[in-house]
Amino acid sequence: MTEQSTKPGVPAQSPPVDPAITREAAETTAQPRQSWWKSDGAEPVRRNLGLVGVLVVLVIIGVVTRPELYGNASWVTDNVWTILQQASAIGVVTVGMTFVIIGGGIDLSVGAIVAVAGVWSTTLATQSYGAAGMIFTAIVVGIVVGLVNGLLVSYGRLVPFIATLAMMVAARGLAAQISGKQTQVSSNTTINDIASTKVLGIPMLVIILALVVAAGWVLLNRTTFGRRTVAVGGNVEAARLAGINVRLHTVLLYALSGLCCGIAAIMLTSQATSAQAAMANLYELDAIAAAIIGGTLLSGGRGTIIGALFGVLVFSTITNLFAINNLSTEVQNMVKGGIIVAAVLVQQFRYRSLTQLFGRKTA
Amino acid sequence: MIDLSRRRILFGGAALGAGAVLTACTSNTPSENTQINTNADSDNKNAAPGDKVVIGFSAPAADHGWVAAITNNAKAQAAAYKDVEFRSVAAGADAAAQRAAVSTLIAQKPTVIVLLPHDGKELNAVGLQAMQAGIPVVNLDRAFPDQGAYRLQIKGDNFGMGLAAGAYIGEQLKAKGISNPIIGEIPGIDSLELTQERTRGFNQALATYGFKVANRRPADFTADGGQRAATDLLRALPKIDALWNHDDDQGIGVLAAINQANRKEFIMVGGAGSKQAIDTIKADNTPLKATVTYSPSMASSAISLARLIGQGKGMSDLVELQVPKEITLASETITKENAEQYGKLGF
Repeated sequence: MTEQSTKPGVPAQSPPVDPAITREAAETTAQPRQSWWKSDGAEPVRRNLGLVGVLVVLVIIGVVTRPELYGNASWVTDNVWTILQQASAIGVVTVGMTFVIIGGGIDLSVGAIVAVAGVWSTTLATQSYGAAGMIFTAIVVGIVVGLVNGLLVSYGRLVPFIATLAMMVAARGLAAQISGKQTQVSSNTTINDIASTKVLGIPMLVIILALVVAAGWVLLNRTTFGRRTVAVGGNVEAARLAGINVRLHTVLLYALSGLCCGIAAIMLTSQATSAQAAMANLYELDAIAAAIIGGTLLSGGRGTIIGALFGVLVFSTITNLFAINNLSTEVQNMVKGGIIVAAVLVQQFRYRSLTQLFGRKTA
Repeated sequence: MIDLSRRRILFGGAALGAGAVLTACTSNTPSENTQINTNADSDNKNAAPGDKVVIGFSAPAADHGWVAAITNNAKAQAAAYKDVEFRSVAAGADAAAQRAAVSTLIAQKPTVIVLLPHDGKELNAVGLQAMQAGIPVVNLDRAFPDQGAYRLQIKGDNFGMGLAAGAYIGEQLKAKGISNPIIGEIPGIDSLELTQERTRGFNQALATYGFKVANRRPADFTADGGQRAATDLLRALPKIDALWNHDDDQGIGVLAAINQANRKEFIMVGGAGSKQAIDTIKADNTPLKATVTYSPSMASSAISLARLIGQGKGMSDLVELQVPKEITLASETITKENAEQYGKLGF
């Protein structure tokens, strides 16, 4: 089950990429031919049937427990937007994380990158650089920190876990240093208004999430970059022999994750109208969990963007369900843990049984 | 595989350059708002310079506005005395790191040690160690369980915060004639003892009016956490009469969520008394109508009292010849009426 698109209809890649190389890369990762049920993201709902089922069950529980709320149509609409808005920043981070994990790495520093990017741009805001300046700063800081991660991993030959763990600690320290340990209040109304703006009735944050998810899906499923990501995560040596510059590609993956963190930093700053060194607390765990329950293989080489999005939505819906029923967050966390385990077990079981069924070696 | 082509070197150079430019741009430090009092303008004998006192200080290197204010206040208060030498050690990330830091401090034999422990229970042993070495310990805010581990404990009143917030909300709702109100609560980190005490006080005060909390969503003392918790809570309760948010730092996010949800049918009470919150109360254009204090000025007081302990003096208003052993600050309620007066305590 891979994103390696050997489908007809996908246009040949434009230069500088040699089509022969990518084709070879695809073959050397020793993936089986695609079956209908694992075509590349073309059937996002069917592929994520388990998670969609969980979402449906959660909504049913919500309806049964709070009928008076769910009986109100405008409340239901608003609640859907609320759930999506609550998922937006973490969703954007998860897209970047999914790329890194598919590429065989892990990024433990995402929460800290969001904090550095957010704090840095709000500190600049106090010097009146304007909304464009803040957005530019957050994104540049995100990319630069991501590049450092990538360079440490690929050229410094550090294990991704260690490199990004170190960055997680260091970036939080940097964020605390820049912010003077104070909550940096954003006085920029353009930034602050992003969170409450609606375009055609759709909240701006949801639109940003949708754009990032769409861009991520195209990048993973319809470009050479995506195919190379899968190849690198599936089998580094084969990818290298196929002529992929593995090190450069790894650097780019971490930079991409950093870019997503920069975007998320602006979204969070807008929501909270401020940034501080402790913001985006534990985002790394939520993003990894969402990617994994969305069907991304922790060892790399396989994963989907749509699955990751469903993963984020499941968590966001659980939080909403617990909130409207005034249930404690402790129980909520236990349920979250249970869902992570259950989702991965189901995936493994499905994968294994199908493998036995067709007698194919699939991983 | 490492072929350092010219293009790549240029690219790397550009990235580094961009970083350097950005660093240069952010050289502004947030204004430090500190509260000190040396009695210098009174005829209090304690203000006169006395024996030289070396004060060792340690507080967690936290990323929260309140803890930052604690350290800033302690520094500023110490700097205002000519006879005090301030020796600060960073406390590191956890209790073990702070134990190590304070041990090195003890070895330097300061006259007094002022300490904001990560956790009073975990740092109790180090307090004992200092006291046995003949160095009086002033515990700031997080109590040691062992009486022998400190000379003075000065702390805020968490239970009292809840009590004050509950009383204010009870009074206001009673005045409006609401008999069965819907009340929300947004505490900070729920596993902390201080959070549980605040909640206990709140519930007790509400109970005297026959009220109770309808929904409670903990946050994590951050603004983005506060925003998330408040959004969830507002979604769950289509109508609210009152809301208590335990912490003004996370309150920035709570107010943002209230604004985004376009809700203003209720009154909100904050906690701690940040400058931002006091200004908002003064402006009176949000549901935030009051905040209950938990002032980091206690750090300034701790330094003053540590100096008196070091010089063997008492507090001039008391009959006692020495500084008392326990001081708990009162939690006061800041409203629009007295916001002006409390403005100087905002952090």
